[in-house]
Amino acid sequence: MEQQREAGTLGMWWFLLTEIMFFGGMFLAYTIYRHLYFDAFAAGSNVLSIWWGAFNTAVLIASSLTMALAVYHAQMGNSKKIVFFLLFTVVLGLVFLRVKYIEYSDKFEEHVFPAGDFRWPLAEHPTAPSNVGQLLTMFIGIPPAGHTAEAPQQALPANIDTKYSDKSPYLGISGAIPEEVSKMGMAGHVRMYFWLYFVMTGFHALHMIIGIGILLVLAFQAWKGKFSKEYHSYIELTGLYWHFVDIVWIFLFPLLYLVDRHL
Amino acid sequence: MSEHIVSKKTYYTIFFALLVGTALTVAAAFVNLHNFNIVVALLIAAVKATLVILFFMHIKYSTRLTKLWVAVGFIWLFIMLSITLTDYLSRAWLVYKP
Amino acid sequence: MSLIAVDPIEMGAPQVDGEPLSYLNDGHGLRSWLLTKDHKRIAILYLITVSTFFVIGGIFALLVRINLLSPNGVFDADTYNRLFTAHGIVMVFFFLVPAVPAILGNFLLPIMIGAKDLAFPKINLLSWYMYMLGATFGLIAIIAGGVDTGWTFYTPYSTSYSNSNVLLAGIGIFIVGFSSILTGLNFIVTTHTMRAPGMTWFRLPLFVWGQYATALVIMLATPVLAITVSLMALERIAHVGIFDPAMGGDPVLFQHMFWFYSHPAVYIMVLPAMGVVSELIANMSRKNVFGYKFVAMSSLAIAVFGFLVWGHHLFVSTQSVYLGLIFSFLSYAVAIPSAIKVFNWTATLYKGSISYDTPMLYGLGFIGLFLIGGMTGLYVAALGIDVHVTDTYFVIAHFHYVMVGGSLMGFLGGMHLWWGKMTGRQYPEYWARAAMVIQFVGFNLTFFPQFILGYLGMPRRYAAYPPEFQVLHVLSTAGASILGIGMLITIVYFIWSLKNGKRAPANPWGASGLEWRTSSPPPTENFYETPIVTWEAYEFAPIESMQVLGYPGDSSRSTQPVPKEHGTED
Repeated sequence: MEQQREAGTLGMWWFLLTEIMFFGGMFLAYTIYRHLYFDAFAAGSNVLSIWWGAFNTAVLIASSLTMALAVYHAQMGNSKKIVFFLLFTVVLGLVFLRVKYIEYSDKFEEHVFPAGDFRWPLAEHPTAPSNVGQLLTMFIGIPPAGHTAEAPQQALPANIDTKYSDKSPYLGISGAIPEEVSKMGMAGHVRMYFWLYFVMTGFHALHMIIGIGILLVLAFQAWKGKFSKEYHSYIELTGLYWHFVDIVWIFLFPLLYLVDRHL
Repeated sequence: MSEHIVSKKTYYTIFFALLVGTALTVAAAFVNLHNFNIVVALLIAAVKATLVILFFMHIKYSTRLTKLWVAVGFIWLFIMLSITLTDYLSRAWLVYKP
Repeated sequence: MSLIAVDPIEMGAPQVDGEPLSYLNDGHGLRSWLLTKDHKRIAILYLITVSTFFVIGGIFALLVRINLLSPNGVFDADTYNRLFTAHGIVMVFFFLVPAVPAILGNFLLPIMIGAKDLAFPKINLLSWYMYMLGATFGLIAIIAGGVDTGWTFYTPYSTSYSNSNVLLAGIGIFIVGFSSILTGLNFIVTTHTMRAPGMTWFRLPLFVWGQYATALVIMLATPVLAITVSLMALERIAHVGIFDPAMGGDPVLFQHMFWFYSHPAVYIMVLPAMGVVSELIANMSRKNVFGYKFVAMSSLAIAVFGFLVWGHHLFVSTQSVYLGLIFSFLSYAVAIPSAIKVFNWTATLYKGSISYDTPMLYGLGFIGLFLIGGMTGLYVAALGIDVHVTDTYFVIAHFHYVMVGGSLMGFLGGMHLWWGKMTGRQYPEYWARAAMVIQFVGFNLTFFPQFILGYLGMPRRYAAYPPEFQVLHVLSTAGASILGIGMLITIVYFIWSLKNGKRAPANPWGASGLEWRTSSPPPTENFYETPIVTWEAYEFAPIESMQVLGYPGDSSRSTQPVPKEHGTED
């Protein structure tokens, strides 16, 4: 039994290591292109709603707490509380996904979904929430009053460092940027930012959905009384997975939403 | 290795620490620190991730072997990022003059 | 003396049709195989499917060689592109990567460490189904018209221009990657948590060390392939230009990510084969491997260093030349642990009681061919020479010497050594030796001319070539035919031996290692009682005592246990 538990933990950690490397590939692409197209990435990230991002971060942290408490009650052998906290975690996970859905639809409306009808600079910009009340009303589907059509961040902020856009860092060969690249120019690079945004948050959301599925199964099993003080390793291992998904978001949030907000 | 049970109090403390970290990182994003905005943001993220790993994921109470593997995961990620970034940073050093 | 008696009948094992109950006759019917959780049966499932893909890949190889018989090519260029791509994808992803770990590793790793099964038997079965699913996608991609990008899927050709089945092949590779991740996961956890009492890390057979190091590489590298292929596939659908220079993307980033997996993948292929060769050399010369700890640690060193050298595939890209210098240096550094292995195997032979049975021939073949493959690896790791030979047949010959001369030789050697253990029947020794010699000759005839071709400037992946290269190309094709015949002989006598081979005793080679202390084929639980290991790895009894007392476990000669107490070795 002890050996099985140890094997399970070790196995789960190794699985998470592969997940680190999987997401690592995307972080690598993000790092490189942010380095190459700094201004475009800054402009793109300023379109995202920092408040939704922060709200979601808090939701995910809270879900990590409820998950940890589920594990705690599993260790105590407290079946009813396991079910409660697992379902609580599921609800918080669904809240996260609901917010993600709102954000995604905003991006579709703004025509910055890269694989669709991509337009840059922004033509219209749905109002982002600016206080908690608006967050809540938008969450249940009511858009805030005064839907503005003016785009806030069209051009580059004046104080941005343009050293990256003039020369070509891209080939390491001094001289002109290939003509096609300059033709695409800024819009193409912003599109790349949004592509990475959608791919990274999309894969993250996919992991959330898988996690919610597992949690539901576990909650059902806990309700049936399958877990006890001695036998609860599945809950623990799922907890590890859930916390890992949380950690990915802890890095995604600043990188995608925050780092160029001051520009 | 017997199971270590982390107290509820620890969980709540970590939870509040994480919330504070989130608030801090959002606040810091609006201050213009020039090149250091990303440093601060990543530093706070790293601290938050470490807290989650150590307490929520029980690594603080794990065997040394598990600790080692977690470290290996991040070191490998670092290898991939740093070596590839080295390429992009040093490309422009060599200037061809036709 | 804690030796496990190995005559199953004496141990009171139940009998089926007059034969002792083994994993092979413990349950009949397709269902008992397809839903098995026994690592040995899963290994057999892998053996059947992976061998099938080896044959498919081999057929494509012969078609490629046939095309190169004439300077103008036999097929048109587009068909030729699809042929060599199919050969590459099938051989790399569906044969070489799973070959040694999933077949020999699956079968032997738990037995060698004295465990009943792998740590996660269900996940092990799942990994086989993942393999089948991925392989099906790969096969559909090939049947539905093939892929023309080369196995490396370089962008932007693969994402924007190729109108072949890149997507299907990509999905197949993604899923097969999952399969090898699950295998690697199982190996790591099993080695850590399931070793028999007394089986300390430095008593592990070197085969286990090889598998363990391989598993580390699989776990840390394969997910990067998964995300690379995913990004490529998404790019193919969305055309955002993430790897397309026309839209600001950088194809070199794709190459970085691709080779971050694919260079370590070379070690996924060759490290387990090196583990096999350690067993072959030790058991066939009846000596402890010279510098056991060095060989074990060199496996880990190769696993680590293997991650730091991927950039030597990018020397002629726009990769920074300064980084190129570092990658060149690190590539040289990998030669050190590899050389430690080769030197130590050679030193093991010194004053050993060498028998030239087929497994040993493969072991020696491995050393010779891997030496050539490894040394030419130093040529291409040198920046200056690499510029000259990049994408020529020199590189082709180099990595075939490593992949075929290394991995395949190791794999076949292991198959011969453990064939009796796996099936309960011995292969015919005469034919096996003949086949090995034919393969060796055929292999060298195929690939040695390619070194010359490459050095003279014959580029890879070209359907046509100048007439002055024809002699060498015809030689190479002739060699490939001989190699093919050698392989065919091996396949035929392996199948033949299933019914007609001599019955294998528990320990036909007088070898050391836990797998020889259980019956051939082993029972479902591997051992009749949990072994307690009190001896070091590779402790061989003197040959004379073997001749007098019989091999341990060879019940036809004696039931007297032979290996001495630990510490009485001269």
